[in-house]
Amino acid sequence: MIAIIDYGVGNLFSLRSSLACLGLESKITGDPEEIRAADKIILPGVGAFGDAMQKLVDTGLVPLIREEVRKKPLLGICLGMQLLFDESCEYGRHEGLGFVPGKIASLAEDLEDKSLKVPHIGWNALKIVKDDPLFKYVKDGEYVYYVHSFYGKDCAESTLATSEYGLTVTGVVRQGLVWGTQFHPEKSGDTGLRLLKAFGEL
Amino acid sequence: MITKRIIPCLDVKNGRVVKGTNFEGLRDMADPVEMARFYNQAGADELVFYDITASVEGRTLFTDILTRVASEIFIPLTVGGGINSLEDFDRVLKCGADKVSVNSGAIRNPAIIGEAAKKYGDQCVVLSCDIKRMEGKFMLFAKGGRENTGIDALDWIVRGVKNGAGELVINSIDTDGVKNGFDLELLDAVASLVSVPIIASGGAGKKEDFVELFRHKGMDAGLAASIFHTKQVDIKDLKRYLRENGVEMRL
Repeated sequence: MIAIIDYGVGNLFSLRSSLACLGLESKITGDPEEIRAADKIILPGVGAFGDAMQKLVDTGLVPLIREEVRKKPLLGICLGMQLLFDESCEYGRHEGLGFVPGKIASLAEDLEDKSLKVPHIGWNALKIVKDDPLFKYVKDGEYVYYVHSFYGKDCAESTLATSEYGLTVTGVVRQGLVWGTQFHPEKSGDTGLRLLKAFGEL
Repeated sequence: MITKRIIPCLDVKNGRVVKGTNFEGLRDMADPVEMARFYNQAGADELVFYDITASVEGRTLFTDILTRVASEIFIPLTVGGGINSLEDFDRVLKCGADKVSVNSGAIRNPAIIGEAAKKYGDQCVVLSCDIKRMEGKFMLFAKGGRENTGIDALDWIVRGVKNGAGELVINSIDTDGVKNGFDLELLDAVASLVSVPIIASGGAGKKEDFVELFRHKGMDAGLAASIFHTKQVDIKDLKRYLRENGVEMRL
């Protein structure tokens, strides 16, 4: 069973449907016992970093998550990936979970080509820079669906895949048993489903 | 870089796709669920669902269908039609929509754009505009293009984007159904004023029309209905053709 952490952030309809479509059992839960019993954990998220981190802290689940990621795989999606980093500068400075060394910065500030639209929304090609079991069914150059205004940087050590959007956008990270995708696998068509399938098999 | 997008649009009335036809090898192409599944496999980059139902029963049916579509389609889904309040946003988002398109509802109550953007984020709010030339000016029409609002369309668009619309669907009434190409004059005028993504609608009749569209700066997506439904233009074929012509496409 995959525990999808419930901390009141985001619409989980598509994520649940895509896991169901793959025959992967999942449960949206904030119950420590269920999270302990799960084989894997998904940390979803949309919205602003500071607000989401506060909500996650308020659930009291952070110490448990720290403990569990030493034993089982966790996948952070979109803002859920960003929360894995040390810190973010979205509307002030906020501390993250610190699983992945690096920080979350503003695309609008870092883009040199100001004609590029922010948020970065749409299908972008994924460049795999480090092979990983998560890419078991995904090839270099496949397209994935992004929606975000902030991005992970100073995280070269942990970066598995990137996309180009005027600068190099961190697409997938990994540190130990913690993975994260900036894009939405549950909205990335067949490619996204294959990535989730590989996560299910980890 | 991000790709340009090809978006089929499904107008759903009382649970059926209007203008739907029967395709070879498919039982019933007027069934929205089956049609969505077909487009998902055919390589559509996104789907737009418009609820053009008038009755309450029809609306409940639409909600059911939307849920079924959303649970099978893993590409972005935009839903419009009858969106008048934040409750309407909430209703379709809970059924699995990723973006919500407002049109007449925003004309009646422009504040809804800002309220929804604040609550769900700009990327969730799509402002859809039906536009027609009247005495040399682009005018905004309401009620599915039947009523001239007297509002200057370009002013309306600029205001909508300022208030938080994260994307625009620009539907030209003048070129709609003519199948002789998109309304590039109108689209260029819009692109020169805003920097949010523009989805062009109305007028596509052949593959070349899309190549021409994407040669214009600021165009992000091409939307069409009947030419895809009737297979006059095949999406896979179209996307391959666009890529051969230098347009970045997800294949």
